[in-house]
Amino acid sequence: MIQLEEVTKIFNPGRVNEVMALNNISLQIRQGEFVIIIGANGSGKTTLFNTIAGAAIPTKGKVWIASEEVTHLPEFKRSKWIARVFQNPFDGTAPNLTILDNFRLAALRTQSKQLKIGINAAFKRKVQDTIARLGMGLENKLNQPMGTLSGGQRQALTLLMSIMDSTKVLLLDEPTAALDPKSAEIILNTAQSLIQEYQLTAIFITHNLKDAQQYGNRLLQIHKGKLVRDLDANAKQKLLLQNMYEWFG
Amino acid sequence: MDFYLSALVLSLCLSAMAMGIFISMRIFNIPDITTDGSYTLGAAVTAVLLINHWPLFPAILISMMAGAAAGVCTAFIHTKLKIDALLAGILVMTGLYSINLLIMGRSNIPLINLSAVFSYIHLFNNATYNALLTGLLIIGFFALLLWFILLTDFGIAMRATGNSSSMTRSLGINNNRMKIIGLAMANALTALSGSLVAQYQNFTDINMGIGIVIVGLGSVLIADALRVWLNIVAIGWQIVLVIAGSFIFQMVLAVTLSLGVDPNVLKLVTALFVLLIVALPRVKNVLTHQNE
Repeated sequence: MIQLEEVTKIFNPGRVNEVMALNNISLQIRQGEFVIIIGANGSGKTTLFNTIAGAAIPTKGKVWIASEEVTHLPEFKRSKWIARVFQNPFDGTAPNLTILDNFRLAALRTQSKQLKIGINAAFKRKVQDTIARLGMGLENKLNQPMGTLSGGQRQALTLLMSIMDSTKVLLLDEPTAALDPKSAEIILNTAQSLIQEYQLTAIFITHNLKDAQQYGNRLLQIHKGKLVRDLDANAKQKLLLQNMYEWFG
Repeated sequence: MDFYLSALVLSLCLSAMAMGIFISMRIFNIPDITTDGSYTLGAAVTAVLLINHWPLFPAILISMMAGAAAGVCTAFIHTKLKIDALLAGILVMTGLYSINLLIMGRSNIPLINLSAVFSYIHLFNNATYNALLTGLLIIGFFALLLWFILLTDFGIAMRATGNSSSMTRSLGINNNRMKIIGLAMANALTALSGSLVAQYQNFTDINMGIGIVIVGLGSVLIADALRVWLNIVAIGWQIVLVIAGSFIFQMVLAVTLSLGVDPNVLKLVTALFVLLIVALPRVKNVLTHQNE
């Protein structure tokens, strides 16, 4: 589903503040895999994510999604495959727009946004049914501006927005980093059930090693821009939390 | 009474510009200074076409297209050359001064005895009433059109672009394209305003746009204050409030003039009034915190 071939990303090349964020990374992620990425701060996790999402263009190497070379394709064009949940709960939704408006845009992720009014009774019912699975009572607040909701509620809705259109890849960029434990649990359980239900290919960046152990069927560790560990489902299952702590020295 | 009715007609003409600033400032979060130039551009193109005996409605349409082109220039400089939107607007506005002079051929064009949009309706004996009705119909039409556009899927995408660019990029929206279309729409409305004011005042002057952005800005700020006060979310009502903001703004100026204030200090009164609108909530906040 996703393939990276010898990808290198250098920020500020040739300057005193030059940083090699990714160093010759090759990686293949198959359809339906739920990949967890761990690594210390500044290891290159988010740059790897941005390279896949199209927010960063590699200095060297190539990127493929669904057998199509997308190395230089901008982020907004890669959205036909990729849905993204950001680390900051406020980045994934438009605060001045209502919940319904936000979901309308999400439902058109892979389609053109035309000069026609697309919000009708059937669409409202679809959004209500989708949101009801959260059990937060937000299905009755569809006309409320997104900005009036809490970070946890907005992150949960961003997650649900990802399944409003035919998403193939779900990128979860530390989605629980800014949330309380209860909200974090709701987000991750919802993500897990959506990934299984819609057979999504998912990549989840986390600093929480318990989450890294509990979720996913493949584990990658990035260190100083290099892929230093790649564990399959079996190896990951046998992994102890203590082992993972030791990787960070 | 006629004096205040004239101010009301003028406020309707200027509310098109206020809707334009609503698009650039509130929808896209872009401080677009092109307004000063595109307002005069609309008036200049209309004047030149009318004195050359062009039919009225194509003349207005071409004026709006000229305004849209100015908006596209600003948006291109901002999005493609990555130059700050404020500077891009200033550059285009400065350039437009010369372009407007070239279009007009002189600094002032009188439009007396020429076909104007305000001479089409003759329902009332009082010409000001007829002008008022004409203004209401034109602004009503463009307000409804803007309302419809902003309610569509495309309009929701526009509104989201200025609100959360990270979200829109991840939802397949080309933010740059949206900004180009948005600034084109905003400046087309501004040019419409210039065209209407020129026809209402029977002249176009090269300096008529200087500082006009503050009038639109003031109208949008009044609308903002009313929106917060009335807790309004619906986009249709927000457009209505922008038109109301333009009306309130012009009425304040009309009252100021009727009190005998020297017309030479009208720009100063305008600036002070906008300062008052911006500063009042902040002063109120400071006073509230001091009392706590």
